[in-house]
This record gives sequence, structure tokens and C-alpha cells, in this order.
Amino acid sequence: MVEAEGRKKTAGGASEELFVDALRSGDETAFARAVDRFTPAMLRLARVYGLGVDAAEDVVQETWLRVLRSLDQFEGRSSFRTWLFVILGNCARGRSEAERRSVPVSSLESDGIPAVDGSRFFPAEHPRWAGMWTTLVDSWETLPDERLLAREARDRFREAIDALPARYAAVFVLRDVEGWSSDEVCVVLDLSPENQRVLLHRARTRLRAALEEYLGSDRA
Amino acid sequence: MSDRPAFSCQQIVELVTEYLEGGLDVSERLAFERHVAICPPCRGYLSQLRRVSKAAGALSEDDVPERLRTSLLEAFRDWKTGPRGR
Repeated sequence: MVEAEGRKKTAGGASEELFVDALRSGDETAFARAVDRFTPAMLRLARVYGLGVDAAEDVVQETWLRVLRSLDQFEGRSSFRTWLFVILGNCARGRSEAERRSVPVSSLESDGIPAVDGSRFFPAEHPRWAGMWTTLVDSWETLPDERLLAREARDRFREAIDALPARYAAVFVLRDVEGWSSDEVCVVLDLSPENQRVLLHRARTRLRAALEEYLGSDRA
Repeated sequence: MSDRPAFSCQQIVELVTEYLEGGLDVSERLAFERHVAICPPCRGYLSQLRRVSKAAGALSEDDVPERLRTSLLEAFRDWKTGPRGR
């Protein structure tokens, strides 16, 4: 087992092969662990397609059933997780189209909201400081984790994510909350690398603004 | 070197993710770094976006709704004992 984990034969590595073998052989503990590990992100992503809580749970259930039924076709060309989330995306899109709530995750028209409000910069016609900050910007490098990760701050953070346009939230949740690579996110959400970066930027800048407001309001 | 892009702060804040993700070409990246090196507010802004990204990792701990979990495990048992589609 130790030796097996050192090798990488498939996209997901040898430990993933063992995991998929365990599922195929009907190992319920392995399945339960996978459910616990992946389901929260699956639910979040399903909601991105405009589905309500109940519909998102249905889609997650349908996804796992499809996965089990097609386990024998899984060849390890992508990681198990990528495969799982591509199936989830298909199920969620199908459901959302059936409910006529399709949300184009890949659409990228500008919403015209800048990363930072224009009022914080000198105007373009300023003779000397055009486009430069008019205000100070706090460094958060030394901001204690307790400030940013206290329960209240986390609740505020989650609310701000929920308030994002769906496609921004999808990219942010997979990249920054779940820690996926950009390549994997591009595959699962069917985005070009450039578009993925644009969506990630919009998400991060809006969340930064929300947290700045929160952190500023309890200073004084 | 006179044709190198010289970014304003307002442009820098729109380029931070491109920078962090390696999406800038060499001359843009150097111009970005030169700007940030001498501009404390932009350095502050860069640190803020980095923190947003890093802090988000702590949000990933939601539980699976118990009802859904139970029904998934039941589905697994059905699948296991039923015909496996092959």
C-alpha cells in the first residue's frame, strides 16, 4: 500500500485506483467517505445552476447513482473528482433546463463593476495623479486569523459568496474554498483559462470589498 | 525600455488576479512588480486579495445533510445488491 501510493499510473494516482476498486467491490465505508468529502461542494455547485436546496440534493443523488452505474467505465484518464463533477454539471444543467432556469456559467459579459470603486482614485483628467489611490489601503498581511476567521466574519464571508453572481461563485468556491487547480476548474465548468481568471478576479474583488466593509465597521 | 507599460493604481487593482495566476506576460509582470514595490496602497490591496483567497479555505467544512447522507448510503446498498448494469 505504501509502495502503491508512491506510483502515479492514472490522473488521480494509485491511492485513487485503490479507492475506485473499493467502490467497485461494494465497500460502503469508502463510499461514505467519498460522500462526506465531495457532497458539500457538489451541493454548492448544483446551486450555481440556479437550483433550490431540494433540487440540488436531488441532483447530487442522481449524480452519485450515475457514478455508481458507470463505475466500470471509469478509466482514470481524469481524476475521480473531475469525473464526478463533470457528471454533476451535466445532471445539474439538465435539471435546470427542465426547470427553465438555465444559468450560463460560461457567459462573461462585463457587469461594469470595477474591482475598486472609482471614487477611491484620482480622476483620469488629474494632471499629476490620474488613476492613483486617493486613500490609504490597509495591509492584511499581518491581520490576525482570528479577525478574519471568527464565526461572525465567516458568516459574513459566506453571505457575500451567496450574493455573488452564480458563475463567479462557482469558480471561487472550487478554486479558493475547495482548493482545486485552475486546470480542473476549467474542465469541470467548461471555461477557458482566461475566462476562469476573469471570473475568479471578479469574485475575489467583490468578496474583498465585502470583508473590507465588515472589518472597517467594527474598528472605530 | 520606454515602451514598457506603466500601470496606474486603478489598472493594477484589475490585474492582481492575472498576476497571481501567472496570466501576465513578462513585461507586464515586471511593470506590475515595479509599481507594487513603490506603492504601499497597491501592496495593501495585493495583500488583501491574497488573504481573501487564503481565508476562503477555512470555509470548506460543511456537513452533509443527514437525510441526504442516509438516502445515499441506502442507494449504495441497493446498487451493491442489485444487478450492476453490466
